[in-house]
Amino acid sequence: MSQNTLIGKAAVLEGLREHPAIKAILAWNSTALLDAKFDRGELTLTIAAGQIRAAAATVQAAGYNFFEDVTAVDWFPSSSRFHLSYHIVSHTYKERIRLRVMVDGNAPAVESITTVWPSANFYEREVFDLFGIHFEGHPNLRRIMMPDEWQGHPLRKDYPVEGYR
Amino acid sequence: MNPGTPIQIGTPLLEASPAVGSHDQHMILNMGPQHPAMHGVLRLVVEIDGEIIVRLYPEIGYLHTGIEKTCEAKFYHQVVPLTDRLDYLSPMANNLCYCLAVEKLLSLEIPEKAQWMRVLLAELTRLNSHLIWLGTHAMDIGALTVFLYCFREREEILRIFEGLSGQRMMTSYIRIGGLAMEPPLDFFDRVRGFIKSFPEKIDEYSNLLTGNPIFRNRLQGVGILSAADAVALGVTGPNMRGSGVDFDLRRDMPYSGYEKFQFKVPIATEGDCWARYVIRLQEMRESVGMIQQALDGMPEGEIKANAPKIVLPDREKMKTQMEALIHHFKIVTEGFAVPAGEVYQGTESPRGQMGYYIVSDGTAKPYRVHFRNPSFATLQAIETMCKGRMLADVIAVVGSIDIVLGEIDR
Repeated sequence: MSQNTLIGKAAVLEGLREHPAIKAILAWNSTALLDAKFDRGELTLTIAAGQIRAAAATVQAAGYNFFEDVTAVDWFPSSSRFHLSYHIVSHTYKERIRLRVMVDGNAPAVESITTVWPSANFYEREVFDLFGIHFEGHPNLRRIMMPDEWQGHPLRKDYPVEGYR
Repeated sequence: MNPGTPIQIGTPLLEASPAVGSHDQHMILNMGPQHPAMHGVLRLVVEIDGEIIVRLYPEIGYLHTGIEKTCEAKFYHQVVPLTDRLDYLSPMANNLCYCLAVEKLLSLEIPEKAQWMRVLLAELTRLNSHLIWLGTHAMDIGALTVFLYCFREREEILRIFEGLSGQRMMTSYIRIGGLAMEPPLDFFDRVRGFIKSFPEKIDEYSNLLTGNPIFRNRLQGVGILSAADAVALGVTGPNMRGSGVDFDLRRDMPYSGYEKFQFKVPIATEGDCWARYVIRLQEMRESVGMIQQALDGMPEGEIKANAPKIVLPDREKMKTQMEALIHHFKIVTEGFAVPAGEVYQGTESPRGQMGYYIVSDGTAKPYRVHFRNPSFATLQAIETMCKGRMLADVIAVVGSIDIVLGEIDR
């Protein structure tokens, strides 16, 4: 990739000062932006866990209008066990950004962004089903892939790929 | 609710979902999962007042096979055949998206011929997928003949795929670093022959359907989705463009050399089933043009990247060169390490925006693979499209949004 890599909040703020999403986030609440990364042409903004709904509304107002995807990654057994990646596309800037939230492994919960983008509904249900992360304020947080009576969350790293649990 | 606690067994679906008013006179009807017009194992829980739809609720997961979990236990190159099984009607589109994502992680340069071949195959896949959509959609509406004609043309595409990869449907032909093997000698002639006759075939379908008053009445003004709703509900691809949102990843965020191709992105503003029908027919014509451009401009050269530790060597080299044999053995038994990091690669699949999110921890197996498949999000919009309409319109809507359950349930 020809683009240079920027690791860390300070480097990204320096290198991508004019980026519309970064400008919007800083204008809204610069303390909510915990970390940032620009790697392989993709911008990742780490948002404080309690602020994701407001951050989503902020980037939406800044022109990042299309929510594509949210999913989780399980970093078991590290302390902030899960990270959530929200992928958002701008139809105006023709560009994609990623918002990141770190979630603790003990009773993991995060705000739902379904009020900002109703399309997050199924995706959050999927993360809830397969990772067991609770989305506060979700209108219909039920299992979506697995049967309702299923025990456990299959995409967690402590859940075996095959055999008995 | 505690995330660990399962929901009470036997909770009625409509009770578990958002509150409704009194529905004493309403009937709850299950469409599917074993319904011929549900395009797979989709179950729709429909609350009807007479024949009018009050609420509609898709219940999915019947095909859930845990592909994302399986991927975590496979080497990167072993995931390619799994991606075929997601959207099984357009396997090359899945292969392409996955391979582009891994190549982005590896920062691997792909030879130009491989890129052009990929575009050609992706567009051929689009024709394949749209043909199935048109055939089954028309059949749902009652126009049985079109189904047979569409499958006649699709058969030729499948034969081309078979000659190319040895498989009709689960092709796994696009691989990390390029393509699986050189296309057979008659490949380009066959594609050329197919493309030459195909525009007439589109006219034929159009003659059968576009002027047909039954088909028109079943689609026009049915299943309306506004542009704002399309964006809010995550609808992509032809469905979104049928609602007047002008966005196509091939044009707006090009990948795999799409920026070198000339094509129009068809747009309609009505947002009804008819608009989606018109758009897909036009997309087929555009795809024909792109395949023609790919055939005419196909560069010479390699079809695999020069990365012996990542790309499997040719069989002939393995028999004559020691290094090739060692590399083959290493790749097959140990895989190849991919630098740590995360990528999200978006492509325009026949059904909309596909996106593969891959997280690597620096080992030979992906730490996490997530598939963002267009049908999954499209299904969220089905209630908006059907609400207040007659029950029979559900069939028209489900046909027109072109979903595949394999990629919804994964």
